[in-house]
Amino acid sequence: MVDTRVRLSGIWLDNPVIPASGAFGYGQEFAELYDINCLGSFSFKGTTLEPRFGNPTPRIAEASAGMLNAVGLQNPGVHQVIAQELPRLRQVFHKPVMANVSGFSVQDYARTCALLDKEEQVGWLEVNISCPNVHGGGMSFGSSPASAAEVTRAVKAVTAKPVYMKLSPNVADIAAIAQACEQAGADGISLINTLLAMRIDLKTRRPILANGTGGLSGPAILPVAVRMVYQAYEAVSIPIIGMGGVSSAEDVLELMLAGATAVGVGAANLADPFACPKIIADLPRAMRRYGIRDLKEIIGGAHHG
Amino acid sequence: MKQGVYTLTHSRALTRDVRELRFEGDTGPLTAPGQFVNIRLDGCFLRRPISVCDWEKGSLVLIIKVVGRGTAALAGLRPGTKLDLLCGLGNGFTLAHCPARPLLLGGGLGAAPLYGLAKALLRQGAEPAAVLGFGSRADVFYEQEFRALGVPVHIATLDGSAGVPGTVLDALPPQPQYDLFYACGPQPMLKAACGALPGPGFVSLEERMGCGFGACMGCSCQTTAGSKRVCREGPVFAKEELVW
Repeated sequence: MVDTRVRLSGIWLDNPVIPASGAFGYGQEFAELYDINCLGSFSFKGTTLEPRFGNPTPRIAEASAGMLNAVGLQNPGVHQVIAQELPRLRQVFHKPVMANVSGFSVQDYARTCALLDKEEQVGWLEVNISCPNVHGGGMSFGSSPASAAEVTRAVKAVTAKPVYMKLSPNVADIAAIAQACEQAGADGISLINTLLAMRIDLKTRRPILANGTGGLSGPAILPVAVRMVYQAYEAVSIPIIGMGGVSSAEDVLELMLAGATAVGVGAANLADPFACPKIIADLPRAMRRYGIRDLKEIIGGAHHG
Repeated sequence: MKQGVYTLTHSRALTRDVRELRFEGDTGPLTAPGQFVNIRLDGCFLRRPISVCDWEKGSLVLIIKVVGRGTAALAGLRPGTKLDLLCGLGNGFTLAHCPARPLLLGGGLGAAPLYGLAKALLRQGAEPAAVLGFGSRADVFYEQEFRALGVPVHIATLDGSAGVPGTVLDALPPQPQYDLFYACGPQPMLKAACGALPGPGFVSLEERMGCGFGACMGCSCQTTAGSKRVCREGPVFAKEELVW
């Protein structure tokens, strides 16, 4: 028997596999296909204070071993999520869910998190700081240690739930941002978000995405995720949810060896709606193959000392 | 919607870049003409959404046009190849209004789902007529297949090499007698049709998709009832729902 359980800020997960925000909606589409209670948890669609339509289409482009998206945080807003999505989710998912939150000002983040703090189903808040700061010149909150810390402090002040700061990989020094979040009171960090990217249509000679740029995800970015989780693990002592291009049980093990306590799966769910249950079912085999009896014991195992 | 393995049984060229592909597999998830399948292909990360042209129990027909890597791969498949399909995606054309004289407007590959729709309408006792638009004579496909059903067909070509020169709207008979129209084709054509044709209509939209089953919000469109997903609530929408 192998043990796939991991603990994330006091909450036990049956396994470390967590569908990543933006690839799993609010769970309903997948609950129609399989029993989503097999998941460790999942991170719901990035939710903002007000409803958002998002960017114009095309929002999706393909890449070698991956895809670009520029959805632009389409979501029904936190009030609708609390009034409709969470009650529907309760019918099909009986574990704590990770609430992914986005904002365009520090106050946005705090107000949205304060509302979700009252929801019993929410186990953790995952705060996406890759959004542009509309009051701070449009640079993303996650692009400087100071603004990352400011959001962290504002959110921690309004919630008793564990707060995971989701970091952008589009920065020069991921360790400095991770440390700033930890010092500001974050309970953990999630990384990586998508990598800023672009495709150009040879026929129209224009960017494929209406937004111009989009975020690259999929297997192409796994090595970047492994590197950044590894660097963040050296820099902080809070738990890390590692993600970026995961599509197999072996990828889960690799990110855990780099330092992840739990592992997000994003784009793989879109290419194969059964990606997560397949990875979870395959984990015991992969663990036995690499001589792992207890998954918890390999977290950060690639680091010396 | 169901995931399944489907076997390609026939592949034939209809024009220089359009092919008809026949698959065997579970057609149970298909409930209405105008739905689509999403096809996994080796070497492509995202699936390829293709509307279903026609189906009967255990077999389905897709018509594809080679426009990129995915459709080129599909065009090159040999009979016997097994593919992973998500089948029965989206909401197709509604037949609930039971029109007596429906008008079908197809632009290019948009003719494909209208063929299955024509068969379904005929089974209901309706008398559909079709107006199909193409670039040029060499691009025309399925004209005979529609005619073989007993459906009157009007052809338009942009270069005037077959039928009426211009678009499907140019090829409309004067004072067309219809009680409902169904349209599938490029967005400018759909917009023009919705603007020009009085009375109720349904149009099938196309969009670049991530998942095809409603999870990624990659294909959202604005409607009078808020945002909807082309892959999930669509691809077919009522004319008055759409905000162009």
